[in-house]
Parts: sequence; structure tokens; C-alpha cells
Amino acid sequence: MSEKSLPAVSYLKIPDKGDPYLEGHKCGNCGAVFLGERSVCSKCFSRDNMSAIKLEETGVLHSFSVVYRSFPGIDVPYVSAIVDLDGGGTVKGNLINIEPDPEKIDFGMKVRLTYQDALGRKDKEGNSYLSYFFEPA
Amino acid sequence: MSDVYVLGVDMIKFGRFPDRTVPNIGAEAALMALDDAGLTIKDMQAMYCGNLGQANAMVGQRILQEIGQTGIPVVNCANACATGATAFREAWMSIKAGIYDVVLAVGVEQMGKGLLGGAGGGDGIPKEGLLGSGTMPCVFAEAGMEHSKDHGTTFEQFAKISVKNHHHSTMNPKAMYQIETPLDVVMNAEMISYPNTKLMCSVNVDGSAAAVLVSEKKAKELGMGRAVRVKASALASDPYTDRDLVMPDVNACTRLAAEQAYEMAGVGPEDINLVELHDCFATAEMLHYENLGLCKDGEAGKMIDEGHVELGGKVPVNVSGGLLSKGHPLGATGIANIYEVCTHLRGEAGERQVEGARLGMTHVIGLGTACGIHILEKV
Repeated sequence: MSEKSLPAVSYLKIPDKGDPYLEGHKCGNCGAVFLGERSVCSKCFSRDNMSAIKLEETGVLHSFSVVYRSFPGIDVPYVSAIVDLDGGGTVKGNLINIEPDPEKIDFGMKVRLTYQDALGRKDKEGNSYLSYFFEPA
Repeated sequence: MSDVYVLGVDMIKFGRFPDRTVPNIGAEAALMALDDAGLTIKDMQAMYCGNLGQANAMVGQRILQEIGQTGIPVVNCANACATGATAFREAWMSIKAGIYDVVLAVGVEQMGKGLLGGAGGGDGIPKEGLLGSGTMPCVFAEAGMEHSKDHGTTFEQFAKISVKNHHHSTMNPKAMYQIETPLDVVMNAEMISYPNTKLMCSVNVDGSAAAVLVSEKKAKELGMGRAVRVKASALASDPYTDRDLVMPDVNACTRLAAEQAYEMAGVGPEDINLVELHDCFATAEMLHYENLGLCKDGEAGKMIDEGHVELGGKVPVNVSGGLLSKGHPLGATGIANIYEVCTHLRGEAGERQVEGARLGMTHVIGLGTACGIHILEKV
């Protein structure tokens, strides 16, 4: 069992020193930004032109839904959000620290990333995980 | 190249058949389509079978093991919710290519109840409810909310789509449900993922549908009386768009396939008399009015408000009851909607007949993403 929390997804980076961040891969030819490592750009097809970038911490809410029914054991309601990050890249995640009421959530609202324990979820070995969330900026 | 015709087509009444096997359910529709064509399995030169749940289990061959092992080539297809349409299109291509004159396409699915998508798995910890939701009601809610953002589309407008399709299904004895659901009932049903309530989600059912496709030569030989011409067959995967990999873009993929289908058929949206489109959720149907060119961008809400998409309207959509009420057995859906359109073009749809229908369109889209569109013409 790891003493440190593990990242919930591969594109969440937890440096030994400094703050966690989300990593994108940006095409050097067309500028498209992807989550996760890859060597070919699916937008412009250029090869071996991708480089890792640190995604920005702020963005705007593109779309969302308030989820009232999920799988057993998952707390509802919660806000599932699609966020366009400033500087490129689209990320999906939970929008927290806001009332999960569709009437009270504005499209285009500014949000920022926050990094917290993954809702207490642990893997079979008992490891803890760090995840990312969005909150109103 | 020869035109391709649907000579026989049928579907079983959708329902829940936990005591039957997938091949057994598929065999029933296959035999019905053969009967409808006045042919037997001995006449078939190839078979294309669509099924998702047992994609690695040779469902097509197992259907033949139930209805006749003639040794013909069988191709099993899996393409998410476009699985049935893909099997039909493979059949169409084989005739277009001049390889065969008479082929069978079957779509079949046996579904469990409950939420689809988002189950997670993989390494580490489950991601559902941690990184948003991957459940289908949520994914299509987010796509619908994008439309609300751009065009002010309301919860009530989305709900009206479900009222319409449930109403249509009261006239379709092969639909899973024949129950009127007034607007307040739809809007007050359990909220699953805003704005999709339970009655705005497609019904998971078991079902099968099948079609016998023939070349022009064969159609003439056998009699064209009830034949339906396949005017266009298009299949697209998701072209690159900025958010597609995080928020599956059902719009771009549908628009690409629609453009190709209209071009192939040499017709425009204004020529289409009825449409069976992929209403996996009420929010999805709204998007596809615009994606299929049935109205201009931003006018989808008006289409439902003004009744243009109801039976009797300008372009009736999902007169079968759609996936919302007829039911959505994933691999069967793409052929079941071809059955529905053919039934109208043949003038055999009874109470729900779209009068004077000459051209109809079918559309399915499966996330991942695959969009299949067919345009069918009365002969």
C-alpha cells in the first residue's frame, strides 16, 4: 500500500514537490489539446509532434447535467460538468461547492480546478486516491 | 451498379424474454423477414448479423443453426447503437458490389434492465460519480444542455418529445408500450439526469428485426410489388471536433452521415416524408431535427412546439413510438427502424400510416461513435 495518494486518472500528475496538476498533450502543428499521452494528432494527423503541457487551473462551464440516478452506492444528486479550460483542453468532472440545482447553475460560469481525496474511494490494496473537481471561481 | 431493394422485412414485438437465447430471438425475426419476402433460407447467399451483447459469440451462425445451416458466409457486426444499421449496410454493399443477389440482414439484442454506460472498471477506483457521469442518460443530457445553452431550449420542450413518441406508440402493436404519457406525467417522472426524466429515456428491451435485400435483377424476377428501394446508405465515424473525446459529439457525426446520404439519394430534407431517428433520450431527438436538416439550427424547439414532427405534421418523426416507447434493443434498432419506414412506404402501417409516404429516412447513432443513415423509397 502506498503511503501517498495515487492519481485517480493518468492525466492527473502529483509531483514530489509542488502542487498537483492536469496534464494535456498539445499538437505542435495544429495546437489541438488532448488528455492522456499519444504520439499522433487525430485532428491534423501529424506524427511525433505532441508535447506534454500543464493545463490551466481555470475555465468556463460548457455544459452540465445534474445526476439524480447513478449506480448503487454513489451519492446523488451531483453535477456532472464539461469544462473548457482557459488555454485549451476540455475536461469532464464533478462541479462541487454549488447547489445541485439546474436553475442555479449558469452556462459559461467561471470555474477552477481543486484537488481532493477521491470521495474516500480506495482500491483493492487499500490505496487512497487523489482526484480533481471543479468549483465556482 | 444495381439498385438494391428490401424485398422482405419484419420485426418481432419488442419485450422482455429472459427465458430465450439471443440466437432464438434473432431466428424469429429472420424467419418473419424470409416469409415476408416469400423466400426461404435456401435462397439466401450470405447473412449479416448485428448484435452487441454477444459480439464475440457468433450469433449469426447460431441463428442459422436454428433455421437452416446452408453453409453461406456469415459476418457478425458490432457497432454500438449503429450495429443493426451496419449489418444492413454490409448486406447492401455486398449487392452493390455485385457479389450477391439475395442476402439476409438480422439485428438482435437481449438487454438487462437499468442504466447503461459509466460502469467504469479498469485500474484503480471506479470513476462514476467522481469525474462526472458516464451513464447514457447523463451523457445525452449534457448534449441536450448544450442545445439549451445555444438556443434556450427548455425542459418542457424536451419533455414534449417523449409525450409525442409515447402517443405514437399507442398505434404500434409491436412497440413495448402502448401508453399515453401526458406532459405532466413525463415532467414529474423520476428525474434521472436533468433534463431527462425516466420517461425521457429509451426502454431497454429484447428484440429482433430482419430484412431480405435483393439486387434489381432479382427484384424484377420475384416481383416488385412490395419492394422498397434503398436510395442511400451512409455510415460515418466521429470526425475530429474539439470536445469529442470528452463529450461525445453526436451532432458532427450525424451531420456528416446525413450530408452523404442526401447526396447519394439526390434528395434534400424537404423531400423526406417520415423519419425514424435515434431518440435514445428525448434530448437526443431534439438535436437530430437540426442535424438531419429537418429544420434550421436553433429551430428544433419550434418543430416540437408547432407539431411539425407529429403524425399528420410536416415531417412525422418516430411514428413507431421510437426508442422511447417502442424500445431499444441495441443491435436490432437499426433494422427495426428500417422495418417501420418500409411499412409506411408499402402503405401497411394501419392507424399510424403516414399518408402518401414516398421517401423515408432512418438514423441511428452509437457512441464511440458510429452513425448510420438510410434513405428508402417507395417503388
